[in-house]
Amino acid sequence: MLNKLTLTQALTGLKKKEFSSPELVQACLNEIEKEDSKIHAFLHINPNALSQAQKADINLPLGGIPIAVKDNFLTMGLPTTAASKVLQGYLPHYESTVTRTLKSAGAIIIGKTNMDAWAHGSSTETSDYGPTLNPHNTDYLPGGSSGGSAAAVAAHMCIAAIGSETAGSIRLPAAWCGVVGFKPSYGRVSRYGVIAMASSTDSPGPLTKSVADSALLTQIIAGHDPYDATTSPLPTPDYHRHLQQPLKHLKIGLPKEYLEVMQPQSRDLVLQAVKKMASLGHTIEETSLIHPKYSIGVYTIIQRSEVSSNLARYDGIRYGLDRSHFSDEAKRRIMLGTYALSSGYYDQYYTRAQKVRTLIIQDFHSSFQKYDLLIDPASPGPALKLGAAANDPMFGEMQDILVEPSSIAGLTGISLSCGQINGLPVSFGLIGPQFSESLVLQAAHAYESAI
Amino acid sequence: MSYTPVIGFEVHIELSTASKMFCGCPADHFGRSPNTQTCPVCLGLPGALPVPNSKAIEWCVKLGLALGCQINLTSKFDRKNYFYPDLPKGFQISQYDLPFCHNGNLLGRQITRVHLEEDTGKLLHQKNQTLIDFNRSGVPLVEIVTAPDFTSSDESSEFLKEVQAIVRALNISTADMEKGSMRLEANISVKRVEDPNLPGYKVEIKNVNSFRFIKKAIDFEITRQSKILDSGLIPAQETRGFSESKGETVSQRTKEEANDYRYFPEPDIPPLQFTEDQIETWRSDIPPLPSQIRRDLMTKFSLTENYARIIAADAQMYREFLKSPTKTTADSLINKRPPTSKPVLVSTEKISSIARAVVAANPKAVSDLKAGKQQVMFFLIGQVKKELGPVDIPLTGKVISRIIDTDDPIRN
Repeated sequence: MLNKLTLTQALTGLKKKEFSSPELVQACLNEIEKEDSKIHAFLHINPNALSQAQKADINLPLGGIPIAVKDNFLTMGLPTTAASKVLQGYLPHYESTVTRTLKSAGAIIIGKTNMDAWAHGSSTETSDYGPTLNPHNTDYLPGGSSGGSAAAVAAHMCIAAIGSETAGSIRLPAAWCGVVGFKPSYGRVSRYGVIAMASSTDSPGPLTKSVADSALLTQIIAGHDPYDATTSPLPTPDYHRHLQQPLKHLKIGLPKEYLEVMQPQSRDLVLQAVKKMASLGHTIEETSLIHPKYSIGVYTIIQRSEVSSNLARYDGIRYGLDRSHFSDEAKRRIMLGTYALSSGYYDQYYTRAQKVRTLIIQDFHSSFQKYDLLIDPASPGPALKLGAAANDPMFGEMQDILVEPSSIAGLTGISLSCGQINGLPVSFGLIGPQFSESLVLQAAHAYESAI
Repeated sequence: MSYTPVIGFEVHIELSTASKMFCGCPADHFGRSPNTQTCPVCLGLPGALPVPNSKAIEWCVKLGLALGCQINLTSKFDRKNYFYPDLPKGFQISQYDLPFCHNGNLLGRQITRVHLEEDTGKLLHQKNQTLIDFNRSGVPLVEIVTAPDFTSSDESSEFLKEVQAIVRALNISTADMEKGSMRLEANISVKRVEDPNLPGYKVEIKNVNSFRFIKKAIDFEITRQSKILDSGLIPAQETRGFSESKGETVSQRTKEEANDYRYFPEPDIPPLQFTEDQIETWRSDIPPLPSQIRRDLMTKFSLTENYARIIAADAQMYREFLKSPTKTTADSLINKRPPTSKPVLVSTEKISSIARAVVAANPKAVSDLKAGKQQVMFFLIGQVKKELGPVDIPLTGKVISRIIDTDDPIRN
């Protein structure tokens, strides 16, 4: 069962020659063959994965490791559709920075994973190619928009996966599928070659089987990119090595407004995780932040506005199908964003949303004067049933309430499992200041090692 | 009745930076085979992101300084959203409320703003189809906006020539109107002399590609609009072009309502921050400008105003003059100038008849042109010129296109 290995284990095994890359890739392909007709985590499987594995250089940092990639990352030779019919069969002319970096680190892109079309959603139910199901219980949703990546990791159809988060799109599906989802700060990982959703918050990141795996993958994909003017010139720390270093006792804030919006059973599990953190020597204090409900309005306006502009290029003139192929969800977002940016409404909506966004950023800033990190579970409760997202245009925003504030502030955050309710995973999460990836990963790793 | 014209300008200057505004493609697109200078960024492919060209920003600021502008130390790019097939992203990256430069002054006329944006692709209309060439897409474009401070075609012309001379002195663009690296748009209206307010309408004149024609267009408009006002009507708010063959402006489209461009800050480019030091360094880099050179030529070298004007407007000639700065040098330089293109004396009919013969005699060139080799057009125009002497080049180009598009040069 090589496909069940974590990234860290798989790398060790490959380097010790306990098994080969083709064996590892074959194990994942077998699992996809066996399970994906039920789960539907993948939109395209790389037909050359095995031959690439035969040529893999296992001395490279990710040499020979099969990685699943969300379908909004442009990959040469593999169709890239962002799960929209508009881009059905679209073959990119260039490679996204993230996948180029993965490939040059020796990784094998095993396939492209399902998502909400254009990443518009939090369920993977709005994919134009049909929903992905939750591997823990196929009556349930995997979360989204990186639902295919989360399900592929949870069902061991790959060793690790790449997703992207605009507000919750990594952490929420990770929470619902019971895997680790890590959202680096905005500007830490290049967006070049990622089909844009909301340009001011899009953040690529990993979905993995352990915190250490997330650190390893982030290590590879993070850093300044001359093709993305919003990436930070700050050097990338060695996240993986930092995990091994002793962690000082941290001061961690527990925002009571966040606990308030949680379902009681999930809150109890989170509070147990908080106790566990305290037992590791950290000081945890209840604190107060701007209520996360205000982020819903801010995020909705800014994201729809940017979407309405970002999707304008899909006119069918140069590539892709014409605009009649946009699904209702995309059309709703384009119309709302167009409205919010219209003259006469701009100040009332867009400008106002940006002002509140600044207040939220300042609120986090002052909180991080007092605390090293904040507790931030990714979801108010476990996965919802299939069909829950249908006919609810605000479904995603309601599910993402706990991660929208940190997303619009550009912070880094992690979601990891802290228990189950009726066989469905419950999420515990941490957020830190912008570019505090090392500390977030260290603290999460210490917690994960202790349970 | 007695009227005062109210005239303002938007001048677009294509910068001659090595690369485009937001990607690494070459910015020099003139005469290149279509779509050979493109990349994911200037084609607006999925996932592509703009990275601003710092040289273009520096040149835009320098032009602003040369035009006496104040510089916004904090600035940003914005998205101007509209649909047109030559605009591959569905928006143009431009500047809205924080242009790099504002409140300038040249020859006593107010410059409202000088900002930086990207050029669009080019549409090539053929018989039954329209082709798109994206070589020009993303080329850095500076837009200079003046206040409605002009009241005659002569002062307009003097001002526009001064802008061109400044751009050339800064060596940031060829500012060649025939090649489109300098483009003029005039907003013209006419009001009663005693009326203190601006008129309630304006007519926009677009796509005029020489100083001579903009002067003609302005004069034509003043007369046309005055006549309409005389008859008790108000001229329509519209966009008009200039017909070179008729010497008249012609209605292109009536503006029913203003476009809503839904400007918002470009999220892919962080806001820009300049320091006073940086601006001052750039200011100190600015070479002597034509006004300064004119003064020097008249005071230090005792040239006449006319001579000073001619030499100051031509950087190359000025350099030659400085090698041996005497009246004799000035005389010989000015007499050596090639004759400026003569007014078009050749009729459209004559051009058409020669152009038909040229098209019929050069089937290879015609098929190359049809295959998209735009440079061939200059060869064909050249052949017409051989027969007729100086001709109206854009007009000749249009005539040749028309003949080729009808596919049967003999019958037509």
